[in-house]
This record gives sequence, C-alpha cells and structure tokens, in this order.
Amino acid sequence: MSQTKVAPKEVGKPTKSFDVGSWLIPVIAVLIAMALAAILIKLQGSNPITAYKSLFKTAFGSAAGIGATLGKSTPLVLSGLAVAVGLRAGLFNIGAQGQLLSGALAAAWAGVTFQGLPGYIHIPIALIVGAFFGSIVAGISGFLKAYRGVHEVITTIMLNSIVMGVADYLASHQLREPDQFLTRTSEIQPSAKMPVYAHLPLGFFIAVALAAAIWWILGRTTSGFRIETVGRNRHAAWYAGISVKRTVISAMLISGAIAGLGGAVETLGITYRYAPAFNLGLGFDGITIALLGRVHPLGIIPGAILIGGMRAGAANMQFDSGVAPELVDLLMALILLLVTAPLITRFFKNSSSKSMTSGWGN
Amino acid sequence: MKLLSKRNSYFLFAILATAFFYSKDGDVTTSVYATGAAFALPLALAAMVGIMCERTGIVNIGIEGTMLLSAFVAFFVSSLTQNIIIGLICAVFTGSMMGLILAVMAVSWRMDQIIAGTILNILATGLTSFLYVQGRTIPSVFQAIEVPVLSKIPFFGPVLFIHGALTFLGIAIILALYVAIYHTSWGLRSRAVGEHPSSADTAGVSVARLRYINVTIAGGIGALAGAYLSLELVGSFERGFTAGKGFTALALMIFGRWNPLGALAAALFFGLAQAYANQLMIDQVVNIPSQFTAILPYVMTIVVLAISAGKVRPPAAEGQPYEKGQA
Repeated sequence: MSQTKVAPKEVGKPTKSFDVGSWLIPVIAVLIAMALAAILIKLQGSNPITAYKSLFKTAFGSAAGIGATLGKSTPLVLSGLAVAVGLRAGLFNIGAQGQLLSGALAAAWAGVTFQGLPGYIHIPIALIVGAFFGSIVAGISGFLKAYRGVHEVITTIMLNSIVMGVADYLASHQLREPDQFLTRTSEIQPSAKMPVYAHLPLGFFIAVALAAAIWWILGRTTSGFRIETVGRNRHAAWYAGISVKRTVISAMLISGAIAGLGGAVETLGITYRYAPAFNLGLGFDGITIALLGRVHPLGIIPGAILIGGMRAGAANMQFDSGVAPELVDLLMALILLLVTAPLITRFFKNSSSKSMTSGWGN
Repeated sequence: MKLLSKRNSYFLFAILATAFFYSKDGDVTTSVYATGAAFALPLALAAMVGIMCERTGIVNIGIEGTMLLSAFVAFFVSSLTQNIIIGLICAVFTGSMMGLILAVMAVSWRMDQIIAGTILNILATGLTSFLYVQGRTIPSVFQAIEVPVLSKIPFFGPVLFIHGALTFLGIAIILALYVAIYHTSWGLRSRAVGEHPSSADTAGVSVARLRYINVTIAGGIGALAGAYLSLELVGSFERGFTAGKGFTALALMIFGRWNPLGALAAALFFGLAQAYANQLMIDQVVNIPSQFTAILPYVMTIVVLAISAGKVRPPAAEGQPYEKGQA
C-alpha cells in the first residue's frame, strides 16, 4: 500500500529535475562504487588503475570506441526506460530481461522470414514485431497484477526464466539455422540490418528519440498524467475516477514494448541473429540505469552510456589487466546500492525516502 | 473442526494418489518422493525466511540473493579450508549479514522494501559472478544419514529418514518456527508487529528491534537453504546457481498463507511435481523437451499465485516503515 502523500500540484509534472543536488548524487555514487571495486581488484592482485584506464580508454578513447559504446548503450537506454516507465506507474518491472529476449527473438524471426522488402520497411516491421512480443510478455504481468493482485516482481522474474526456456526451445527447433550444430537462428536479411552512420548506430538515435517522447508523454499528456497519478497514489487516482486496472495494464504494455524494442534493436543492429548466449543481463542493467537516472526518462541516457561504455571496454580490460569482465556487474550492484540507499542523499537535503512500489496485497 | 474440510480433502487426495502410485510401482514411487523431498527442502526453508520477515511486516524479496551469496560462500570457503563445517558457518554468517543489511535499509533508512530486496539480489549476482573461479571442488558433501530403525520403514523410511544433516536441521527449523510463531510470546509479538505495529509499540514491544532481530535470523535461515544446495544437494556452484528458487519460495509462502506448515506443504507439492516430471522424462513416457521441464516450476509459481493471490491476506503492516507515534 502506498503511503506517499503528495501535494496536488506536484502530480503530473515531470520530475523536479536539474537541481544540482539530485544530479550530483549519481555522480558521487559512481565514483564511490569505483573506489570500492578498486579495493576488490587490488585484493585479487591486479592493478585497479590499469584496469580502469583500459576500460575507459577502450570505451571512450576513439571514434570507433565511442561507436561501440553507443551500440552497447542502445539496448540499455531502452531497458532503463522500460523500468523507469514502470516505476512511474508504481510498478517494479524487473522482467525487462525476458521482455527484451522475446523482442530480440521475434525481431530475428521477422528479420529472417520477411524477404524482398526494402530496408525502410523491413527494419520498422521487425522493430514493431519485437516491441509487440515484449509488450505481450509484460502484459501478462500487468493483467495478473490488475485482475488477480499478483505482485509484478514475482511474475516478471518468473516470466524471465519462462521466456528464456521457450526462446531456447524455439532457437533449437523451429527457428534454428538449418544444418547447424549451434543453437541459433539464421542471420537476418541484409535489408533488416540497421545502418551505422560514421560509427554512430541508428538504433541509438531511435532510443534517444523514444526517451524524449516518453518524457513528453508522461509530463504533458492525459495518459501520462494517469500513469503518474496511479504511480504516486493509486487510491487517490481511483478516487479521482482513473481506472487503476487499465492504467496498470497499459503501463506494463508500454514498458514491455520498450524493452522488446531494446531486444529488437540489439538483434537488428549488433548480433544480426538470436542465440541463447546473447542479450544476457541487459534487462537487469536497466534496473540500475533507471534508478541511477532518478527514474527520469532523459536522466537514464547518461547512465546507459556510462554502463554501455563499461560493457564495451570490459573485454579489453581483461586483456590488459587480467580483471574479469564481471567487474562491470559488481560495479552495477554497488552503484545501485549507493544511488538508492540514502547514504549520499543525506548530505544534500531533506530527502525523505518514499515508497515507489506496492506490496503483495494490491 | 469439520472432518471433510477443504484442507483435509487435499490431504486425503494426496494420500490416495500416493497409495495408488505406490501400489503400481513401489520402488519408483519411493525414489520420486525422496527426490521430491530433496527438491522441496530449499524451497521450504527459503519460504520460512519470507514468513519470518513478513510476519513482522518486512517484505524480503532478497531471499534469492541471500541464497545465492550464501551458497557461494559455503562452497568456496569449504573448498579453501577443505572443511564443509567451516563453509557452512561462514555461509550462515553471510546470510545473517544480508538480513542485517536489509533491516538497516528497510527499518532504519525506511527505504522502499521491494527496491531494498532487489539491491540484495543484484549485489549477490554481481559479487558471485565477479569472484567466481572455475574448477574448485569441496572435500565431500553432507552425506546421507540413515536414521536407525525409522529408515527401514518401507516408503516413509527412504523418503523421510535417509537425508544429509542439513535436511534434518532444515526440517527441525521449520517445525520449530511453526511452534514459535503460534505458541510463544516471541511469535505473538512478531505477529502483532506485522499486523498493527503501533498497538504492539503501545504494549511495550520495540518494533524496530524485533524487526531487526527477525530479519537477521531469517537471513541465516536463507543461508542454510543456499548452503544446502551447494553443500548437500548438488555439491558444486555455478553463476546464477539458485535459479529463481528464492522467488518461487515467496510464491509458496503466499500459497501457504504465511503459515510454516502451509508453506512446507506447498513446497512438497512443488518438489514432487518436479521430481515426477523428471521421472517421466527418464522413463520416456512422454517426450517433453528439456526446456519445458526446466520452466515447469516457474509456470507453476505464476499459476499458484494467480489462484491464491487476492484470496489470501498478507500481514497488514507489511512493506510499511514504522514511525513512532503514527496511527
């Protein structure tokens, strides 16, 4: 049950952003997390300075590096956006991973199956198919939440594993590349491959444009107002005549569509096919990114680029310094802890922690 | 109590079904039930973590992370020291610390408890995948102990009385928790804090202190569930080792109506279903793709929740930070 009491004028406005305090917190969180991880690197017998230098030089040190970083960031922007949209409606969608996987597989299917289409038709179709399937997966959780009162945290995490199993099955049977031992789909048609302009992947611009669109929708439209109101206080929303059930379902559908699009963009822009080893962890990174960006649709972009950069540079870092690429997972966890716990916040202002999600009962 | 209540009819059905299978093939049925019990134990223990926390009003979705990190610590400390007892002790300590962190976040910092639990899960995933090393082994697992006399009983002997030490410890904890929740003053206080903290406060119970204690002890129990997996059932550790069991346990807790015995029954049903599906695969009775038997527990979790949620009532003060003086 949400205990948040919100002043009426605050509802529906885009977050009171861009004050220095609240934007310094993520920066400090990232720095402290890196310092803590440096201790662990040192304990493992490697040099943290070499590791970090290699990590960031690979990620941001050259035009090709920045291109790779933006490529890695694209699904992260979208999964972060998916989690953020859910949180705005008071829903904690930790199933962006499963929604993203179904989008990635569906886009691979569309990319392989449709033939003889020009790129400007084939790519949008494959993207929409991906978004559609992501939306369906999240919609199941939304429906169960609205009509059965089942908490979305459990259904989305269970659906992650279910989608992974089903996708694995399809990729090793119906959608498998003919005459191949590997479990994977065929490569998508050339017409479905998303173009890269001078190292800058098309998908990244789609993701940023979508983030801006969501920002506008949440802050300036009636449907956005409904989502924000339900997220802040669903009892007040109900009292005001907003259909909480419908809003919950539509927020999950939007959230899932964005995550599914994230998977589709990854398939059409980077991997060009679906295999069970691809796309791992992208959805979970979205949780950290959303909270790092203060659940603001535009705020997630810098966080996604930072973490995309780390993902892009991790392999090289292992080569240069011997530090395992899983360092990034550890950094993500520490950042998440530091950015959500009121450790740093306390130094800034009267930030009272507020309830963002709901309990089992509603 | 009515003789043919809904609950009793479930029991009757379970007994009849078991007797039917046993009369058809005694050996296979016994082994399926023994495997089912082994699958059920970590789920039941993890559900106890949820019950202990939620009865005092703290939502713990960090059970998965607690189990994962404890299983990791249990395995790698056992491997380094070549002593599984030390590994177990370190794991329980780790789990309690995870519980303590959750208590700090939820009680002292008054954070959103769902997010606090998710932090534990992501932290455990990050730490275990970063620190994981391949090729480690432990000297041995907790070997199966045959309880004298009792283990010789047909069917019940192998199913209930031939298990490793951690299983017996786990069963003891579940039964003790049941008695403690309903028949001790600690249990009464915990339930009061979970239902109506301000009344409990007025009656002189320290809400914050009880929540701290319960969540920390629950973390230790979660560690036992994790250690059971790596030191008794499987004897190894992989990245993502716990595979969502902590979340399934939460569903079992809800299905069992926050009652330790209810959750135990739900866990046994789950374990049996999985063991039975495995047996069907081995016998090649039906040709189910391995991916589909693997997702069976997850589908069942959702179905169980869709059936039971809405009909059951969680502790009233669950998920809400308590402030002295609030109504």
